[in-house]
Amino acid sequence: MSPTMCLAIPALVLSIDGDSAKADVGGIQRRIGIMLTPQVKVGDYVLLHTGYSISILKPEEAEKTLAVFRELAELSEIR
Amino acid sequence: MRFVDEFRDATLARTIARRITAVSTRPVQLMEFCGSHTHALLRYGIRDMLPPTITMRSGPGCPVCVTSTRDIDLAVAIAMAPNTIMATYGDLIRVPGTHGSLERARAQGADVRVVYSALDAIAIAREHPGTQTVLAGIGFETTAPTVAAAIVEASRAGIRNFRVLSLLKLTPPVMSALMALGEIRIDGILCPGHVSVIIGTEPYRTIPVRFGVGCVVAGFEPVDMLRAIELLVQQVEAGSPAVENAYERAVSENGNEVARALMQRVFQPCDAEWRGLGPVPSSGLGLRPEYAEFDALTAYHPDLEPSLEPAGCRCGDVLRGSAQPHECPLFGSGCTPDYPVGPCMVSHEGACAAHFSYFPGA
Repeated sequence: MSPTMCLAIPALVLSIDGDSAKADVGGIQRRIGIMLTPQVKVGDYVLLHTGYSISILKPEEAEKTLAVFRELAELSEIR
Repeated sequence: MRFVDEFRDATLARTIARRITAVSTRPVQLMEFCGSHTHALLRYGIRDMLPPTITMRSGPGCPVCVTSTRDIDLAVAIAMAPNTIMATYGDLIRVPGTHGSLERARAQGADVRVVYSALDAIAIAREHPGTQTVLAGIGFETTAPTVAAAIVEASRAGIRNFRVLSLLKLTPPVMSALMALGEIRIDGILCPGHVSVIIGTEPYRTIPVRFGVGCVVAGFEPVDMLRAIELLVQQVEAGSPAVENAYERAVSENGNEVARALMQRVFQPCDAEWRGLGPVPSSGLGLRPEYAEFDALTAYHPDLEPSLEPAGCRCGDVLRGSAQPHECPLFGSGCTPDYPVGPCMVSHEGACAAHFSYFPGA
């Protein structure tokens, strides 16, 4: 599949070497540029776009969103 | 994949869809600005989960699609110049210009290569020191910082045979231009998640104030998009348009400040030509004079004939949301993904290609 321009996918940072990092991208290891997220740490999930990490994902925000809707889903199941 | 699979949960998606149906009393027309949203809305059947009160219209958020015929012609002319390698992202290579696409230029002997990243274009320049490598830089704020990073890297590494044809474009100016046009009624905008990763939510603030239209930033999984649609419908029902963020795990109010600083270091706003919208002031990014040696436009000055738009193609109308893909007379007959006439049928993010993939007979 050819990459779409605004597509960004989560990648797990495995190791860091200066301006680049090794990351697990859906099971495949790739070298990615981390110039745009210099504060990234090993173990962070980043959004990867055209070879660069553009954002560090916030697990606590993801969990908060999911928790709200899981609760609502349960409520509607009960009803 | 973590951060993806959880947001594709069918039970959660159905729960939100039911909530939307419960709250939606009046007809609303929402625009998904981003082509990846168009694609995802169709791919996951989200349009079919929405109540009949809600209509989704595609917007101009497909970089390949909004690149004008004139800019395609420019890229083709540069690719045909001697001693030049043209590096391009994915689908751009197939967009027809006045005298054919970059793909056709390649068939005629031009060295045109598809790259995944601006870093790949730099690697090509390194491998071919006697040749100019030109990256056809398309994209929005998501991509612009990566191109800026590549230019800074080339500058630092002393690579003098790498240049960028900047066709980069900015989201907020065109969003305002489209709303000011007022061609179709839009009650809310599903804002592009990955553009917002960079710019944050702040730049959308003027849209509800100036146009009374709400802006909700959305991710690209079904739960993300449905949540954003729910927020927009709630805003319309309450009569209180606002800027909200439904992609909190990736987007903050201020966006990625490092990325924006890099973008501003290398680029400055310039007027840009949009397919379907024409020239929009300060809606593009050109290289700053300090980086002129990396600007393709300082090295190449091709004489271009007047550009001709493909006959019968309604991409322009589709990009403004004023026509649905199947309303184009060419859709599915004279224009298909295998033999595209206009860019909206070429790009994976194009509304015509997405509609053709999921509803070929529509």
